[in-house]
Amino acid sequence: MRIKWVECAALSVMAALSVMTGGGSWFLALALGVTLLKCLLIPTYHSTDFEVHRNWLAITHSLPISQWYYEATSEWTLDYPPFFAWFEYALSHVAKYFDQEMLNVHNLNYSSSRTLLFQRFSVIFTDALFVYAVHECCKCVDGKKACKELTEKPKFILSVLLLWNFGLLIVDHIHFQYNGFLFGLMLLSIARLFQKRHMEGAFLFAVLLHFKHIYLYVAPAYGIYLLRSYCFTANKPEPAASSLFPTLPFQEGPLSCILGSKLLGCVQCFGQSALRHRLLSVGKAGDASIFLILSTTGHYSLFPLLFTAPELPIKILLMLLFTIYSISSLKTLFRKEKPLFNWMETFYLLGLGPLEVFCEFVFPFTSWKLKYPFIPLLLTSVYCAVGITYAWFKLYVSVFTDPPVGKTKKQ
Amino acid sequence: MEKWYLMTAVVLLGLTVRWTVSLNSYSGAGKPPMFGDYEAQRHWQEITFNLPIKQWYFNSSDNNLQYWGLDYPPLTAYHSLLCAYVAQFINPDWIALHSSRGYESQAHKLFMRATVLIADLLIYIPAVVLHCCCLKEISTKKKIANALCILLYPGLILIDYGHFQIMYNSVSLGLALWGVLGVSCDWDLLGSLAFCLAVNYKQMELYHSLPFFCFLLGKCFKKGLKGKGFVLFVKLAGTVVASFTLCWLPFFTERAQALQVLRRLFPVDRGLFEDKVANIWCSVSVFLKIKDILPHHVQIIVSFCLTLLSLLPACVKLTLQPSPKGFRFTLVSCALSFFLFSFQVHEKSILLVSLPVCLVLSEIPFMSTWFLLVSTFSMLPLLLKDDLLMPSVVTTMAFFIACATSFSIFEKTSEEELRLKSFSVSVRKHLPRFTFLPRIIQHLFIISVITMVLLTLMTVTLDPPQKLPDLFSVLISTELTSANPPLLLRKTGPELTSVPIFLYFICGTPTTAWCAKRCHVRTQDSNWQTPGRQSRTYT
Repeated sequence: MRIKWVECAALSVMAALSVMTGGGSWFLALALGVTLLKCLLIPTYHSTDFEVHRNWLAITHSLPISQWYYEATSEWTLDYPPFFAWFEYALSHVAKYFDQEMLNVHNLNYSSSRTLLFQRFSVIFTDALFVYAVHECCKCVDGKKACKELTEKPKFILSVLLLWNFGLLIVDHIHFQYNGFLFGLMLLSIARLFQKRHMEGAFLFAVLLHFKHIYLYVAPAYGIYLLRSYCFTANKPEPAASSLFPTLPFQEGPLSCILGSKLLGCVQCFGQSALRHRLLSVGKAGDASIFLILSTTGHYSLFPLLFTAPELPIKILLMLLFTIYSISSLKTLFRKEKPLFNWMETFYLLGLGPLEVFCEFVFPFTSWKLKYPFIPLLLTSVYCAVGITYAWFKLYVSVFTDPPVGKTKKQ
Repeated sequence: MEKWYLMTAVVLLGLTVRWTVSLNSYSGAGKPPMFGDYEAQRHWQEITFNLPIKQWYFNSSDNNLQYWGLDYPPLTAYHSLLCAYVAQFINPDWIALHSSRGYESQAHKLFMRATVLIADLLIYIPAVVLHCCCLKEISTKKKIANALCILLYPGLILIDYGHFQIMYNSVSLGLALWGVLGVSCDWDLLGSLAFCLAVNYKQMELYHSLPFFCFLLGKCFKKGLKGKGFVLFVKLAGTVVASFTLCWLPFFTERAQALQVLRRLFPVDRGLFEDKVANIWCSVSVFLKIKDILPHHVQIIVSFCLTLLSLLPACVKLTLQPSPKGFRFTLVSCALSFFLFSFQVHEKSILLVSLPVCLVLSEIPFMSTWFLLVSTFSMLPLLLKDDLLMPSVVTTMAFFIACATSFSIFEKTSEEELRLKSFSVSVRKHLPRFTFLPRIIQHLFIISVITMVLLTLMTVTLDPPQKLPDLFSVLISTELTSANPPLLLRKTGPELTSVPIFLYFICGTPTTAWCAKRCHVRTQDSNWQTPGRQSRTYT
């Protein structure tokens, strides 16, 4: 019965919030809508990461701290920094009300329905931080002209592209990971930097590093940006300062740096954070084009993560939904500037369709499947690598050729 | 339309929600010997593929009618045959005669779900999109929002993709919707062909047949019975006869064939109602055991008379003043009359009322949303049987959020917006203080929603007392096993708060017109505008 009470409590909270959306808050409607979609994804396939996190719940709950990083009963040992371990520890105190058995270190691959429900709900619930961070980011984005049409406002488009991000839905809510709230932390720190609250931004980033060390990829960018904009600011005359450090356009400073360093260390999953940062700095058509190439290619590269048949329609439908919306809305936003893609880029993006058809629908029925089963994976990786590398190259060109913008200009 | 990409996004979202709901369990999963509707569907593919047409509807050693015998019209059988051919290509074990009984596997489930999705994508969804694009006098944004709300209607999604109701409701409803579109846009022959196909797919579509008949008849009268009207009438009759003949052709070879099919389609022996369904007969049987008091043939007559009486005013009005708007409202009231008063009604028949209500969503958003929420809730016991609590609640909330943000329903509860202005004005002639109708309706809505939420919580978290195992499904629908007053109140709560909606739809708009006429009130009732004419005033 306990499980039903918790389910009902969670759903009642959402019901109350949904009544509030009757008041017309589009942001709340978007956030609630995607949360409901996440609830529908609960029965989908989950990867071994599910067992990884169950194991960490068990380790942090049942063992003393001195044992956390030594425990090796399961192959999935704790390999994230201490804050994440504390996070799992906190979660384990809620987990015990769902199913005590999941907190047993020796219950390898334990996945009762209550365990599944708890784990999925924990991801959905912690995404609240991500929603808050998106809300803060939207405050930093001002439309250049007052748009009467809601769907053409930059804030609206940004909210949809962040909240309904395909990559986050697939990786967090199907494959199973906790990237949502971590990206929330990162977005929040970036938002604080935009709002000139440098200390808060730095603190949040430091906290983030202690949750997941892979964000070290962007530490150089943070370091340089904070040095430049907080430690050595324009109290000194501009030319003197700029002679000490390379000039970075303030407008794109933090984000381009972050993006550049992310791309250097780009792994499949981290294309996500890269493109999210790109999104925040989309101020003109060129940026939009880089974002779109990066996001579409990056999202397609996630397809091999979901290889089960029931999830095939979901990944195709959601990918189409996100891609069509992002391309069309950004095209509408920048319709007065040059077209977003040249012919080469258009062909490349359209080529993803036939590639998918070949890999998922044609190849499995050919004779090569038994002899060379890795071919679809190889093709996908190579094709996407081309796109991502191209986007990186284009970004660097744009960073160094665009004229620098004044300090006070906001995005 | 300029915002085509938003409409595409809406369709993709609708498809995603449908598929994710289909990942859940289905009716009768893992429950031998009879299993459920899912097995019935598979069994029909087996029967239609392996047996000759003449044996499809007859009891034989190969076809045991007690085990999910075919009881839908021939078009359903042909569709099953088509699916069977695909199944044969993928895995013949799925439809092997006799040995495939109770066959369950992940691959088979995927196949069955895929057939529903494809049928939906080909028939229902294009009809919805076209309907929304053809709406007049509203902005593109509202059209897209309308499409979103209709595609997110939980009842149809949960029944077709969760519960897996036999025979793809989206196909019959989609064909009926094409029919509505056809006759509304003056493509009368195509519209009536589509509707005939719908009736031949599922005999339940007969609920919608009277409004179609009256609307087309009204059009014939308007064109003049001695000229174009007569020609149209003959053409329509020809279309109807031709489509029926085409569908029933293999069964016309022998008289016994056709009669047997009819006997399977209309099981009048089964009684006034079965199970617990939210209609008048179930409600009344709480206080008065009608099934025991009245003999069988009297029940049929009473049911027939009441159904006819309740739908007559709207139909007569439609025949005399045919208009697309009036047609849609009449569809609602007729389908609702049949649901409430007719014979052998199933819970799922509420879908036949919900489709027309979806069509009037843009005109009376508040009442339509309320009705659609209650209609989904009324199917809760059925859905809970299949472990569909999470999808039910989630899709209902998504639908509510979509409607609330798209139409700002809470701001549209004035008398004018509820189309009850002339009714209120005529009442105020006798009761000057009758100004509180909108407030009553708003309060009733809140009470209704709270009751639905509480009943859902109770059903899920509490075990019913041992003596009353059906207590909660009973509370949700209309049959009661105890006369305990508090139970009575809880049981009738949803029904009491829903009755105003039902009454509104059955009586509301024709009554408005009649009252206005009787009280000599000059009103601009846009319900009955005919296309191409200026707005009329009643005298």
